[in-house]
Amino acid sequence: MDVDGEGVSAVATGDRTIPMHPGRHEAFHQFTQQKLPACKPVLTPAWVISIFLLMGTIFIPIGLVTLHASQSVVEVVDRYDIECIPEAFKSNKLGYIKDSSIPKNCSRFLKVYKRMKAPIYIYYQLDNYYQNHRRYVKSRNDQQLLHGLKYNGTSSCKPEQTNNGLPIVPCGLIAWSLFNDTYEFIRGASELTVNRKNIAWKSDRDHKFGKHVYPFNFQNGTLIGGGMLDPRIHLSDQEDLIVWMRTAALPTFRKLYGRIEEDLNADDVIVVNLMNNYNTYSFGGKKKLVLSTSSWLGGKNDFLGVAYISVGSSCIFVCFVFILLHMKNRRPYGGHNLFVLEQERHL
Amino acid sequence: MLASILVNDQFQPKKWKDLRVGEIIRIQANETLPCDMVLLSTSDPTGVAYVQTINLDGESNLKTRYAKQETLLKMPDEGKVSGLIRCEKPNRNIYGFHANMEIDGKKLSLGPSNIVLRGCQLKNTNWAIGVIVYAGRDTKAMLNNSGAPSKRSRLETHMNSEIIILSMFLVALCVVVSVCALIWLLNHRKELDYLPYYRKQDFSKAGAKDYNYYGWGMETLFAFLMSVIVFQIMIPISLYISMELVRVGQAYFMIRDTQMYDEASHSRFQCRALNINEDLGQVKYVFSDKTGTLTENKMEFQCASIWGEDYSGGNSKIEQGGYSVQVEGKVLRPKMKVKTDLELLQISKCGNGTKEGKHVGDFFLALAACNTIVPLVVDTSDPTVKIIDYQGESPDEQALVYAAATYGFMLMERTSGHIVIDIQGERQRFDVLGLHEFDSDRKRMSVILGCPDKTVRVFVKGADTTMFSVVDKSSNASIIRATEAHLQTYSSLGLRTLVVGMRELCASEFEQWHSSFEAASTALIGRAALLRKVASSVENNLCILGASGIEDKLQQGVPEAIESLRTSGIKVWVLTGDKQETAISIGYSSKLLTSKMTQIIINSNSKESCRRSLEDAIVMSKKLVTIAGVVGNVGGSSEAGSTPVALIIDGTSLVYVLDSELEEQLFQLASRCSVVLCCRVAPFQKAGIVDLVKNRTSDMTLAIGDGANDVSMIQMADVGVGISGQEGRQAVMASDFAMGQFRFLVPLILVHGHWNYQRMAYMILYNFYRNAVMVLVLFWYVLFTSFTLTTAINEWSSMLYSVVYTSVPTIVVGILDKDLSRRTLLQYPQLYGAGYRQECYNAKLFWLTMLDTLWQSAAVFFIPLFAYWCSGIDISSLGDLWILGVVILVNVNLAMDVIRWTWITHAAIWGSIIATFICVVIIDAIPSLIGYWAIFHVASSVTFWLCLLAIVIAGLIPRFAVKYLYQYYKPSDIQIAREAEKFGNLRELGAVQIEMNPILEPPRR
Repeated sequence: MDVDGEGVSAVATGDRTIPMHPGRHEAFHQFTQQKLPACKPVLTPAWVISIFLLMGTIFIPIGLVTLHASQSVVEVVDRYDIECIPEAFKSNKLGYIKDSSIPKNCSRFLKVYKRMKAPIYIYYQLDNYYQNHRRYVKSRNDQQLLHGLKYNGTSSCKPEQTNNGLPIVPCGLIAWSLFNDTYEFIRGASELTVNRKNIAWKSDRDHKFGKHVYPFNFQNGTLIGGGMLDPRIHLSDQEDLIVWMRTAALPTFRKLYGRIEEDLNADDVIVVNLMNNYNTYSFGGKKKLVLSTSSWLGGKNDFLGVAYISVGSSCIFVCFVFILLHMKNRRPYGGHNLFVLEQERHL
Repeated sequence: MLASILVNDQFQPKKWKDLRVGEIIRIQANETLPCDMVLLSTSDPTGVAYVQTINLDGESNLKTRYAKQETLLKMPDEGKVSGLIRCEKPNRNIYGFHANMEIDGKKLSLGPSNIVLRGCQLKNTNWAIGVIVYAGRDTKAMLNNSGAPSKRSRLETHMNSEIIILSMFLVALCVVVSVCALIWLLNHRKELDYLPYYRKQDFSKAGAKDYNYYGWGMETLFAFLMSVIVFQIMIPISLYISMELVRVGQAYFMIRDTQMYDEASHSRFQCRALNINEDLGQVKYVFSDKTGTLTENKMEFQCASIWGEDYSGGNSKIEQGGYSVQVEGKVLRPKMKVKTDLELLQISKCGNGTKEGKHVGDFFLALAACNTIVPLVVDTSDPTVKIIDYQGESPDEQALVYAAATYGFMLMERTSGHIVIDIQGERQRFDVLGLHEFDSDRKRMSVILGCPDKTVRVFVKGADTTMFSVVDKSSNASIIRATEAHLQTYSSLGLRTLVVGMRELCASEFEQWHSSFEAASTALIGRAALLRKVASSVENNLCILGASGIEDKLQQGVPEAIESLRTSGIKVWVLTGDKQETAISIGYSSKLLTSKMTQIIINSNSKESCRRSLEDAIVMSKKLVTIAGVVGNVGGSSEAGSTPVALIIDGTSLVYVLDSELEEQLFQLASRCSVVLCCRVAPFQKAGIVDLVKNRTSDMTLAIGDGANDVSMIQMADVGVGISGQEGRQAVMASDFAMGQFRFLVPLILVHGHWNYQRMAYMILYNFYRNAVMVLVLFWYVLFTSFTLTTAINEWSSMLYSVVYTSVPTIVVGILDKDLSRRTLLQYPQLYGAGYRQECYNAKLFWLTMLDTLWQSAAVFFIPLFAYWCSGIDISSLGDLWILGVVILVNVNLAMDVIRWTWITHAAIWGSIIATFICVVIIDAIPSLIGYWAIFHVASSVTFWLCLLAIVIAGLIPRFAVKYLYQYYKPSDIQIAREAEKFGNLRELGAVQIEMNPILEPPRR
């Protein structure tokens, strides 16, 4: 890609010479005459083939590394929403979950198939749960979350704006539907400590949820949507709420519950005592518990690795096709014969 | 504006708009006529009025109009006159007028020479009185004035039809979304009340009722309306604004172009219309005026052949002082200086002493006397110097009189009775005994002079073809042969030739002529025929004096420009008000006509004969083209159509053709011809011809002209170009572009037009693509939000997308990108064809782009979607990733298509991407927005950056591969020229190029 010298050399075809001051004027003249020095890349076979080759050689290694990182993540997933319903209620899931007199506790056994290094992240995963629904996303009030009862313009929170004539803090459907299953992990005889601090973004805690705002009149209505909040703890410390209110982008999502800061060994069996409180039965949602280690790339997801490898290999493939095509059917570059033929075609 | 109107036997001022037909009007010298009037009398005792018709036909010289002898002496303000004029209905023909006048019981016929039209100026005549025959809108000048249509560029028209397709696509997307939303609602109708993310029921007050739910029908409608709002950027409103900006930028570069700067008049190129820049790149037909456009409208006496001697003046020069005459202590000098031949000057100065001198003297006397030129004495700033300005209908005569003056035969004065000629400082008075005007049958004129030495001589001047038939061949055969040879050389040089002859009349001959002339000129019936007969009786047995060669000076660079235009495949039509002979000779000198061409000439006086000649011509042209085709096939080279056909048609025939069924035939014929010359056409006919072509093809037309007579044509054509020449400003005011000289048309359309078209075409496609990618990304997301039109990309970003994130690069590229250099474009005018073949913007490209859009939007959307599936990513973070992905992708896509990278392009493209990052960061730093700090969280992960890279590469690979394959295996002319430009084998290219000049195309409908 050479720099074309049009701007420097005078063009023979009737270019008027205008007395010019050097420097700035010359540059301005080049500009007005559209003769700024420029680079004019042309797609030659050599360039194109090497670009594809380069792409291939960059993408395939990245893909392999990414795939390896993803494979190194150990993930234990357990779907418990069906299993945790007592046999008697299998046909009436809704009756079970709505009846607060029935105990909701449930025990699950998780087998660790591979050694998991701390920190181990505990996620709950919801399927078919549209946190990105337009009605839902809008049903919150950031001003109230920050300033509490001082702020009154909460019409966006309807229909969870007020209850019995009193405002609700935090208002809106998102807060109302707070996820409220709880988990306890027991390995062998001892209970595993679950660190439930710092699961929310620091930026949210500091600037979006007020330190002087306390839950008020929350979950007092006829219809209970989900979890309760301790009215003595200010919102900035209600990390479960903060996590829940970072609404997920996709209908299948995970949210961080806490961290286990101990290594788990292969073939450890972990007993999970959980409270199956949250109602996903009314709309056929799934609930899963996920234990996962992390790599530099994040969680377990093979997609990027596979995508990189396939893009890279298709680049290599295209590169070979082009090489073959080029060897079989060579065109003289800027060839004059072709130019004439081209003209004739249009005659 | 006031005019002087006869009211109650007195001339009183009256407003122009109040003038009525039948009123008697008085016009002063240099006044412009407010109406069309029949002359009654003038200040000249013979009833002559001189008028300038520059506003009507663009000719700057004076024309003579006559009052009828019968009305001459009746001064309306002195006594009542009554009469009746019967005239035709108002029409547009400025060269025709048929009427008769009944006065004192006598019936007089009136013709075009008796009428003065609105817009003319009275010159050299103190006053004129006439009767208004057409006023206001009925005047011929107004009827020729078609209103200015509003213009829209061809590209924009195409673009609008594609925008309709995009709108339908938009509606389709909205319908899909709303139908899906409906299905979702119906499927979940039992759950809606309690669904945590829907919660139809409102329990906040006693008595449960629906919250914000109006039944599935309304909800579907809302979904539809909402999706219209979300997807509306599919219709690129910002494109219109960007296009305007780009056009301003392109106009700036056209204006600043030094190659379109006219140094003579210090005028720059002017862009008067800002919305049709790109049309310049698609022109297929150029309609050009002749006078003032192709030529400078300056005739120049070049050489003379006198008595068989050629004075071509190899050693000619313009004498500084020129010839001048002293009159009453004042110096009189002709206005124009003429190149002189020193030898000839010497001989003419010696006077009648030698035989040679006598011949030369007779020759110049003939030139000075045998014409209808009126000398005007004009004051100059220097009180001792006056200038003689020769005014007359024919620029040739002007040139001849100026030449005679330079050689010492200065015409000083002309009345209808006598002329005064200053011969080498000696004033001599000649009586004009009779004058036979030029007519197109005889093709000559003659004047009978009573000389100071009491002899009576007839001087004749005319075209060589008719002159040689009336020359006395017996006495001076050798001179005739020599003169003929000289004429041959003159006309091969492109000069306009005239032959001059003379004869002395003896007394009896004169008497005989005089009586028959008197009889003929007062005859009522068949006067013209009688006069012609008288003329031919005296114009015979002439002794040949010599011949003159006059150059109709072409503007600088005209033949080269026409050559370039024709090579580029543009059809050049010349429409002129000139005589056929003049038009043809200009055609030759401007390389429009070549000796290889077969000329088809159509001069008809009735519709029938017009039809016949058109049919014959079509047959003939078909034959010629097929013969040429056969020859070309045998030759096996690119010489198809090497016998080009030139059509020459005059205004009278066009009267029968235009607005009738013959238009179709004319168009068929014209489309077979590579050159069309229309002569003697009226302004509205010019527009009619342009319209004829415009209606029958989809090709672009460009009209170029300089005079008021070209205004209607300029307005009618798709692109109107005005030459800011000597002939007033009307053409410039009506034009879309104005420039100093005809030759600038070549850089204008071949270079700037080509660039503008290519840039604008690319820009439109790119803008469609850019907005559609964004819309499709939004659409894909809607499919994952249970069809509720949540947008992951925050409102600010989607608003800034087409305003800040992606607009600057496309505008910069639209202004600055150049697919080929100026040098290449000028060297190979054929490259211009890309424009009128619509190679840069067509339906195929549009659909390909849309297909690509689909793929690219999928890449942008689904790569992050799958990479973040089953993860804790929140809406805002994913939205940030998507918007950055889209912006980088579309900018890199643009970068891939940029042909010339200057530092400005680099700054715009990479700067835009950086600006987008900055904007996204700023938006995410506002705590009150939902996406607070999201970008910092998401950008700290490697996945984010891997996604961006994958988006760009995966999105662009198909486009890149297809683009390369197309360029390599199906290269366009432009691609080949680009490669040649880059790899430097342009020279060899040129050698092969030159052979394939004529471009003929079968007529297209």
